[in-house]
Amino acid sequence: MDPIRDTARAIAREVNARAVSAADVANAMIAHVERADAGVAAFLQLTPDLMLEHARRADARIAAGERLPLAGVPVAIKDNMCLEGTRTTAGSKILESFTAPYTATAVARLLEAGALPVGKTNLDEFAMGSSGENSAFGLTRNPYDLERVPGGSSAGSAAAVGGFQATISLGSDTGGSIREPAAFCNVVGFKPTYGRVSRYGLIAFASSLDQIGPFARTVDDAALVYDAIAGKDPMDATSVDLAVEPAAGATREDLRGVRVGLVKEFALDKLDAASRASYEAAYADLERLGAQLVDVELPTADYGLATYYLIAPAECSSNLARFDGVRYGLRVEGADVGEMYERTRAAGFGPEVKRRILIGTYALSSGYYDAYYVKAQKARTRIAADFARAFERCDVIVSPAASSPAFRFNAKSDPVTMYLMDYYTIPGSLAGLPSLSVPCAPAIPEDGDRPMPMGLQMTSPLFTERALLGYAHAFEAATQYAKRLTPAKVENASA
Amino acid sequence: MIETKSLEDVLEKYEPVIGIECHVELKTASKMFCGCPNAFGGEPNTRVCPVCLALPGALPVPNATAIELMLRAGLAFGAAIPPHSKFDRKNYFYPDMPKNYQISQYDMPLTEGGVVRYWLEDGTRGECRLTRIHLEEDTGKSTHAGSGDGRLAGSSHSLVDFNRAGVPLMECVSEPDIRSADEAVAYLETLARTFRQLGVSDVKMEEGSLRCDANVSIRRRGASEYGTKAEIKNMNSFRSVRRAIESEIRRQIEVLESGGRVIQETRGWDEGAGTTHSQRSKEQAHDYRYFPDPDLVPMDVGADVIERLRASLPRTPYERYVRYVDELRIDSKRATQLVEDAALAAWFDRAVDASGGNALGVAAFVLGDLARLANESGTPIAEGNVSPESLAELVALTSSNAINSKAAKQVLEALAREGGSAKAIVEREGLAQVSDRGAVAAIVDEVLAANPKVVADYKAGKTNVMGFLTGAVMKASRGKANPALAQELLKEKLAG
Repeated sequence: MDPIRDTARAIAREVNARAVSAADVANAMIAHVERADAGVAAFLQLTPDLMLEHARRADARIAAGERLPLAGVPVAIKDNMCLEGTRTTAGSKILESFTAPYTATAVARLLEAGALPVGKTNLDEFAMGSSGENSAFGLTRNPYDLERVPGGSSAGSAAAVGGFQATISLGSDTGGSIREPAAFCNVVGFKPTYGRVSRYGLIAFASSLDQIGPFARTVDDAALVYDAIAGKDPMDATSVDLAVEPAAGATREDLRGVRVGLVKEFALDKLDAASRASYEAAYADLERLGAQLVDVELPTADYGLATYYLIAPAECSSNLARFDGVRYGLRVEGADVGEMYERTRAAGFGPEVKRRILIGTYALSSGYYDAYYVKAQKARTRIAADFARAFERCDVIVSPAASSPAFRFNAKSDPVTMYLMDYYTIPGSLAGLPSLSVPCAPAIPEDGDRPMPMGLQMTSPLFTERALLGYAHAFEAATQYAKRLTPAKVENASA
Repeated sequence: MIETKSLEDVLEKYEPVIGIECHVELKTASKMFCGCPNAFGGEPNTRVCPVCLALPGALPVPNATAIELMLRAGLAFGAAIPPHSKFDRKNYFYPDMPKNYQISQYDMPLTEGGVVRYWLEDGTRGECRLTRIHLEEDTGKSTHAGSGDGRLAGSSHSLVDFNRAGVPLMECVSEPDIRSADEAVAYLETLARTFRQLGVSDVKMEEGSLRCDANVSIRRRGASEYGTKAEIKNMNSFRSVRRAIESEIRRQIEVLESGGRVIQETRGWDEGAGTTHSQRSKEQAHDYRYFPDPDLVPMDVGADVIERLRASLPRTPYERYVRYVDELRIDSKRATQLVEDAALAAWFDRAVDASGGNALGVAAFVLGDLARLANESGTPIAEGNVSPESLAELVALTSSNAINSKAAKQVLEALAREGGSAKAIVEREGLAQVSDRGAVAAIVDEVLAANPKVVADYKAGKTNVMGFLTGAVMKASRGKANPALAQELLKEKLAG
C-alpha cells in the first residue's frame, strides 16, 4: 500500500488488519511531508513526535483487539483548533506564543478514532479570508499551481490534502472556508449542519456560523471523518443532541429519484466561460445519473453577503475581545492597561481582522444596532426560510462552490472583491445547512493556460448529512474529475 | 445651613426616592459556565479552567442548578417567569473580566416583577416592587501593587485572581419604591434572609456574595416627577448603606436648596469621610453593545418546572414574621430574631404546636436560656438535644407552677446535656415545686424557730430581713418550695 496516496479507508483497513502498522504509516509520512511541504507551505508546524506517539497508541490498541475507524490515518489540523501541547496560533501574531493546554473536542475524537496528527495548518488570520493571504505567518500555495492561492480560510488544510501531505484534514467553515479552498485544491470539503460538530476548542470567529468539517480526497473519506467527529458534546451548548446516522458507506451509485435544485439567482452567466462550462457539464452529469433537475428560487440569496458581513463581524468583535495581552499571547506594554490593550491589539491583529472588528463594533453600537445587527438577523431568518421553501421542491441544491477557480496571489486586493468569492457559500452558512464541495471538471482560468480544480457545491436540508454525502458519492464515482489533475509539485513517495 | 438642621426637618419639604440594585452570588457547587468549584477565597488562580480564563476556543455551558436557584429566588417574591429567556453579552474591557464581555441578560431576564415585603425595626411594614432578577457571571478580582495603599492610582502593576471569575451572580433590580435609608436597609435585610433561607446564597457582604448599589434622588413632596438620580456604589455593609443613603439625601437637598441641580452620575461612598464623591458622569457611560450570546441557546422554562419549584418553596421569613406578630402576638424584635434562622423558626413552630399554642412561653425560653446554652455549646438549638416537645413540656411545667424558674433552668441544662423528657428529669431530680400549703408551712415554722433573732428584728421593723428568711426557706426545701407561697406564709406567720 501507499501511505501517502491511499485513501483513509484503505489505510485504516490495512492498519486494523495489522498488514502495516500505524507507526509505519507515521514514519512514511514524516519522511515525506517536510520536503513535500517545502513549496506549498501548508503547515505552520509539523508534529512528528505526537504523530509517532499516537501511532504507537493506535498500534497498541489494535494489538489489544480494538478496531479503529481511522487507524493510522495521517490528519492535518487547521491551526485554529486546540491540540494540547502544540502552539495554536489561529494564523495571528497575537497568538504566536500560545500553546494550547487542552484539545478541541473534534480533534480529540479524531485522535481517539486512531488518526495521526501530521501538524497544524496555515489559515487566514482567525479564519477571516478566502485566499489564505491573511495569515500572519506567510503564504500557503496551491498545490496545483504554486503561483495561485489555495483558497481560504482553511488554506493549509485544503492544500495539505490536495498536495498529498496528509490523507485527511480538519477545517472550519464560517462562510465558505472549507468549501472554497476544497474547490481550489481538488479535494472534497464538507461543512456539516451547524451544531453537528462541537466547536469546543475551535478558536471562535463567528460563533453562530463556525462549523468544523473534513477535507478528504474522496467523499467516502470525508464521511469517515464526519462519523468520527459528529455528535453532541457536553462542552458546547450549541452542539445538537441528535443521533448521528453513520454516513460512511452510505454510498450510492446513481441519483435516480433525486430532485436536484438549480437556483435561479445562481445562474451561471455570472461566471467566466471555462467555469460555466465546468458547471454545465456537472449539471449534465447529474442528469445522466438519473437526477431530476428542478429550478428553485432563493430570492433573498443576494442579501447573503451583506447579511453575513454584519453578523460575522458583530460576533467577531466580541469573540476577539479576549485577546488583550492580560492572560496569554502577545503583550505590548503601555503606560497603563488601556494603552497596553491598544498597543497589543494594534500590533497583534492584521488589517482584515481589524476591519471586521471595526465593522462589528459599529454594527452593535447604540443607535446602529437595530439598523444593522437586528436587520441582518431578520434577513438571516428570511434566507433560511427561502431555503426551506426551496427544499419543498428538491432534495439537494447544487451550485458553484466559488466564483472562480483559484486566482493568483494579490489578485484581489479590494476586500469586497475578495468577499464575493463566497457569494455561493454564504447563504447556506447563514441557514446553518450541511454543504459540501466535490471536484467537478477542471477549468482553465481566464488568466492562465492550464486547467485548475473546480468544485461543485451541494447543499441539503438540516441534518441530512448522510443523504448529502450519498449524492456527492454518486457524482464522484461517475465522474472521477479529481483524478484528471495531479499536483504541480509532489514528491514521489511510497512505503 | 443644612448641616444645622436635622434630616427630619428638611425631609418635611423633600421626599427621597430610592431604588436598589444588588448582586448576589449563588451558592452552587460549580461556576456558572464551567465545572470549576464555586467557593470564596483560596490560593489565587487555582479554581480556573480554559472556560473561565477565556482561553481561545473555550465555550460556556450554563449551570442548570444556578438557573433553578435564581428561579426559586424570583418565585419566593412572586415574580413572573417568562416562557422564553436568553443570555446576552455585555461588552466592555476590564482586566479582571477574561472574555472582555460579561455573559448577562439584557431584554429577556429569567424573572420579571415580584414584590419584596419587609418590616422595619420598629415593626412598621413596607413593600418594594422588583423590576427583574437576571442571571450573569461574576468577574475576577484585581489587586494593585506598588502604590502602598492598594489603589490603582500610583501602582506599578496589577495582579488578577480569576477564582471568582464565572461565579454565578444574580442581579436584583428594584423599582424606586423606597423612601428612606431605613427602608432600604430593611429591604436588603429581607432579601438577604430570604435568599439565605432558600439556600440561594450565603449573602455575606463581607465576602462580597452580596453587593449593592443605590439609586437615590429627591423631589419636593407632592411632586409626581422623579428627580435626577445618582447611583451610589461601594457600600460594604448594611450600616454603610444607611449612612451613604442618608449622606446622599443630605447632599442632594443641599444642592437644590442652594439653587443648584443634581446631575446624573455614579458616586462612590467613602466610609472614612462619611460622604459620597463623583466617580463617573452619564456622559462617560459605556455603550455595552449588548447582543444575544451566540454560544448559548435560548432558554424555555416550562410550566411544569415552575410548578415544581413553586411547590418546593419554604415559608418565607416575612410570612413567618407576620404570623408571629399578628397571630402569636410576639413582639417585633423577638419575631425578627426567630425568623432570622429558618431551622430555628421551624423548631420554634413545632414547640409552639406541642405547647398547645403557648408562643410567648416558648419564645421566652428559646430566646433566653436555650439561646444562651446553644451559644455556649456552639450547637444551634435546632440541632441540639432539646426537642421541641420536651421544651413544650418544660413550658407547661413552668406555667402551671409545677416547677419554679430556678428548677426550670436546671431541667433545661439537663435536657441540653442528655435530651429526654422534661417530666422525667423533674421526677428524677425531685425538682417538682412544693406548692402544698401545709408542707411549706412546716418548713417556714422550722426556719422561724431556728432564727429567733431575725424574727425579733423583723418585728422591730427591720422588714428587709424578709429576703434572708425566704432564702432560708428555699434552702431548707432544697429549692423546691414555691417562693411566692413561702413569702406569703412567712408574712402571715410573722404578723401573727
